[in-house]
Amino acid sequence: MANVASTTASAGSELTARALREAVFSGLITLGLFVLFVGLKTDQNIRNELILTQHWVLLAIFVIVAMVGRFLMVAYAQPWLAQRKAAKAAAPEVAKEESFFSRNFSKIAIVALVLYPPVIIALVGVQGSLKWVDNFGVQILIYVMLAWGLNIVVGLAGLLDLGYVAFYAVGAYTYALLSTYFGLSFWVLLPVAGLLAACWGVVLGFPVLRLRGDYLAIVTLAFGEIIRLVLINWTEVTKGTFGVSGIAKATLFGIKFDASKDGFAALMGLPISSAYYKIFLFYLILGLALLTAFVTIRLRRMPVGRAWEALREDEIACRSLGINTTTTKLTAFATGAMFGGFAGSFFAVRQGFVSPESFVFLESAVILAIVVLGGMGSLTGIAVAAVVMIGGTEILRELTFLKMIFGPNFTPELYRMLIFGLAMVVVMVWKPRGFVGSREPTAFLRERRAVSGSFTKEGHG
Amino acid sequence: MAFETNTMTKDPILKVEHLSMRFGGLMAINDFSFEAARGEITALIGPNGAGKTTVFNCITGFYKPTMGMITLKQSSGKEFLLERLPDFEITKHAKVARTFQNIRMFSGLTVLENLLVAQHNKLMQASGYTVLGLLGFPAYRQASKEATEIARHWLEMASLVDRADDPAGDLPYGAQRRLEIARAMCTGPELLCLDEPAAGLNPRESAALNNLLQTIRRDTGTSILLIEHDMSVVMEISDHVVVLEYGQKISDGNPDFVKHDPRVIAAYLGVEDEEVEEVIEQIEEIESEQGGTQQ
Repeated sequence: MANVASTTASAGSELTARALREAVFSGLITLGLFVLFVGLKTDQNIRNELILTQHWVLLAIFVIVAMVGRFLMVAYAQPWLAQRKAAKAAAPEVAKEESFFSRNFSKIAIVALVLYPPVIIALVGVQGSLKWVDNFGVQILIYVMLAWGLNIVVGLAGLLDLGYVAFYAVGAYTYALLSTYFGLSFWVLLPVAGLLAACWGVVLGFPVLRLRGDYLAIVTLAFGEIIRLVLINWTEVTKGTFGVSGIAKATLFGIKFDASKDGFAALMGLPISSAYYKIFLFYLILGLALLTAFVTIRLRRMPVGRAWEALREDEIACRSLGINTTTTKLTAFATGAMFGGFAGSFFAVRQGFVSPESFVFLESAVILAIVVLGGMGSLTGIAVAAVVMIGGTEILRELTFLKMIFGPNFTPELYRMLIFGLAMVVVMVWKPRGFVGSREPTAFLRERRAVSGSFTKEGHG
Repeated sequence: MAFETNTMTKDPILKVEHLSMRFGGLMAINDFSFEAARGEITALIGPNGAGKTTVFNCITGFYKPTMGMITLKQSSGKEFLLERLPDFEITKHAKVARTFQNIRMFSGLTVLENLLVAQHNKLMQASGYTVLGLLGFPAYRQASKEATEIARHWLEMASLVDRADDPAGDLPYGAQRRLEIARAMCTGPELLCLDEPAAGLNPRESAALNNLLQTIRRDTGTSILLIEHDMSVVMEISDHVVVLEYGQKISDGNPDFVKHDPRVIAAYLGVEDEEVEEVIEQIEEIESEQGGTQQ
């Protein structure tokens, strides 16, 4: 089909003829398909009689769209694609100089994130910034951090963990319970939450060390459910499904974010607003996320990080090189879980309320989807994926203009998951290895060259 | 038996005694004993299914033998009972490295990274079990520089330096075989176990492999134990050949002796049923002759 796209006039007219023929065919098929679906519709009238309503105009639109689409596809789109492919194949391989933007992407992104709250305040005012800083900024960054944490387990060590949200829950409840019962502050409990989550990571790790692949995934899934069910049923401590509410807020060097005399707003001479606390939380989660990224980058250059990646590639070869795969897997679980715990305690401090509802399997699935969509192992890819997935679902709430297209009855919120699922399928078809499929080597002799995704393995659990 | 005296006098690095391995009803290895001398290349040959790889897996800890004792004696005089150690500790403490019949490469890591992973234990210690390294202590930076130098050395030996920054999965087959040997050498072994290193190599690659193995033995004094089907490799480079058939040792000696051993010829080429007695007679004759001469 493609090689018809030559430039001679006779070939051109031949192509048009073929396109017309195919357009007629597809028109007929469409007519056949839709005549009973769209063209005729049985209905009840006011006297409960069966009547036949006819939608010939709508049917005609369907047919015309199919015909025009097929014609354009055959006559223009296909030759154009074929030509482009041929040109690409013919052109010599030119070493592409990376643009300034793509070379310094992560630095630019960090600077942009640091400047984000002031810019938003300048644009929409202090009160208006609440939504943009909290719903978008903080929400996305929590998922970025969680996905970066899970990336250590799934992306680097290749252990498929479907119960990651359990560690998130451990972190959240650690802060919620210890601060309510013992009145400890956030800054004390943040490391405690991380350590406890890491301990649970080891507890989960031990029994599942011998499992691989699907079996590992099932057991981790079960572990996530166990934690949630314990939280629901251990009512004396966790208050069950009611959740823990009134969790203390975090402070900045002892300065509280409230309306009191020595609160943040009063001390700074600013009008009282809850936006400052949100902005503080934004910088807090930004710092935590960057810590995760920093540690991950550092760890990849450590022997343990290389051992994780080697484990993903081939476990038996690892053992033949004297690597203790047991401790290597456990450290991966523990490190990943620790960051989940940090994120959890941040979640508790941000919401001021935790309940088992927040830690359902769907959360694990979303975090895993971000990791897979971003490209396993790639921090940049995962961050972009988190923005797309979390920001995307949030932004769908804002898309009221879609009502103009689909009519006033259309509520974009209802179609959030549908659009979102569709987008994911499209991305995975277009980039099966995620946004960033290649892998950055941790050491080099002469020059650093990214490793193509076709060589890296996903791990067998 | 007479031919066992060959290696008895030398200093053995590996002593396998009465090794037996049973898989359910199948006796894969039956009362197999041999010794590998320090600084020599010992070849383990035999027809397909003779149990060679099983012996290897027992030595390197991937299988736990049903019976028997495997002793490794390092040049420092330290002794290890390999059948009691878990597999990774055999490489870590006893210093036995191995390669695999079907290459096991970290294909998504670069060639250099493959060699750095092999130096895991050393680097782990230098990085203070990650903690000091994470905090950026200079000791780790120094150690990782040294590790890169060792890796570079072995890449030069395996003539892979030009491909150091390429993914290992991108290398051609012969280069992957060499890389696997280089990777095993990066663990700093005293005994290197190679499972069919020449399988699938063309004559030129196989000659390069011979060179590499001989250089390893000459420069580092590493003892080598290898399984091989390619007789040109076995006969050319090995000092000592052990022949295995149906899990039992049928011959043991220098390459020339093994080449002319009628039992080996029978095992490889097969004999008619009527000739069996004849062959046995022949063997007994040779043995009684060699009892006096072969030393």
